[in-house]
Amino acid sequence: MCADPSTLSDALWFLCYLTTGKHLGFYASFGTVLLLLLVTAPAALLLGFGGAMLARSRVAPLSWIGKAYILLVRGIPDIVFFLFFVIALDQGFEYLRHRLLCPDWDQPVRQGNDFVVCDIAKLPLSSSPQWMHEVYGFFLAVLTFAIVFGAFAGNVLFGAMRAVPRGQMETAEAYGMTHRQAFWRVLVPQMWVYALPGLSNLWMVLIKASPLLFLLGVEDIVYWARDLGGSKTPQFTDFPHGDWRMWYFLFLLVFYLAFTRVSEIVLDRLMRRFTHGQAVAGGEAQRKAAMAGPA
Amino acid sequence: MKRLLLASALALSASAALAQDVVRIGTEGAYPPYNFLDDSGEIAGFERELGDEMCRRAQLTCEWVTNEWDSIIPNLVSGNYDVIMAGMSITDERDEVIDFTQNYYPPTASAYAAPSAEADIQGGVVSAQAATIQAAHVATTGATLQEYATPEETVAAVRNGEADAVFADYDFLAPIVANSGGELQFVGDRVPLGGGIGAGVRESDTALRDQLDAAIQAMKDDGSVNELLAKWFPGETVPSF
Repeated sequence: MCADPSTLSDALWFLCYLTTGKHLGFYASFGTVLLLLLVTAPAALLLGFGGAMLARSRVAPLSWIGKAYILLVRGIPDIVFFLFFVIALDQGFEYLRHRLLCPDWDQPVRQGNDFVVCDIAKLPLSSSPQWMHEVYGFFLAVLTFAIVFGAFAGNVLFGAMRAVPRGQMETAEAYGMTHRQAFWRVLVPQMWVYALPGLSNLWMVLIKASPLLFLLGVEDIVYWARDLGGSKTPQFTDFPHGDWRMWYFLFLLVFYLAFTRVSEIVLDRLMRRFTHGQAVAGGEAQRKAAMAGPA
Repeated sequence: MKRLLLASALALSASAALAQDVVRIGTEGAYPPYNFLDDSGEIAGFERELGDEMCRRAQLTCEWVTNEWDSIIPNLVSGNYDVIMAGMSITDERDEVIDFTQNYYPPTASAYAAPSAEADIQGGVVSAQAATIQAAHVATTGATLQEYATPEETVAAVRNGEADAVFADYDFLAPIVANSGGELQFVGDRVPLGGGIGAGVRESDTALRDQLDAAIQAMKDDGSVNELLAKWFPGETVPSF
């Protein structure tokens, strides 16, 4: 049916048009973006938590490492990370593999502008199928996103840990808990209520930063929207059309708005949970409401 | 003895790996008729067909990948792919950073396209793709250069009035002008630029360059380059060698 679209009625034409291989790629890229967010958010949180723990360490060098990570990464413009750091990271991995796998290599790795490592040190190998290159690119993207957002999350968590009233920790110590026990049993469960507003901001920014994937060579929704929306002349496609980028980007706008709205609802629920039983204004309000209601 | 055996086994496996070496070709995928994505999302166009034939003759397994035009050279030199075939004109500036094979597309003219014949191409706003010979040329004229990341955007800029004219390869603009229903037309004289289009390789990859060069030469000799040119660039002036 779709073999000769120029003879089709409008509805069928669109049915064929919206199911071309290119469009399927476009739909699949939504999955890529969602997967990136789902993987990156916990990874960044973990990095941030580690950074915050290091930064509050009583061992000075550890604390310097944590603070330096948070300070440096937060201070470096994102564009530097997404343009320069990824190529450097990739070359760093390949250089390490090169040293390990090809100890007999006698040529320099840097030859003028070229970065040359032995064939078996390439990451992924140039003989590996394209999907492995894509997975590797995706992995680099997740790592970069996690490092950048981890620093911000680290700062939020560092502040949240300090916001838990000192009395809570003192009480824990008075009960004979060790420092570690007090940290995990008293401080960590209570800090989320202070961290969540900052973290939810970060989540929103992360959602909106996902088009940066495109800079990293991952074919994301913006890449496809731009390509599909561009005007097409009849020689090169069965579905010629004018400049439709506005419609594609409008669709992206709706997607992002819907996605951030759903996130807001979920985050609100989370906030209510974390506030429950806490000695903060929100927790106090919950307590009063519960008391005023039918017992 | 054992070590010797091991070494020869390694050498064997190394040459076996070389024989089935995969050469990755980077392209932009947004510059019809040179290279573009067809309806199924595959890379197609003049360079795809020419490149596949070139690889067949050079007995290489080639894999095509797309990359942003802006970062197409940095990704080549850092080894993410091995060859650029992306409608890239051979220029002295680029030759300092990477190497080119001989051209597989003859030096041809670039042209201005605009909504009206009165468009001011010498003093008005002219759009061109960033980091191209066309952008460099516009910068030397009296016109204000408006740069865009993709070829598509340079044309869209003229359609929506952001620019008075677009300056690009004649053969890229020809199908667009022909299908614009009179909305766009060529304006002014054509400008010969660059030394034709060649395949870019890393400067350290001389063996690969010679291999591709020989394949292109063979295709020029038996006329298959001209056939492909005639197929993909029909019209009043068919480029040929």
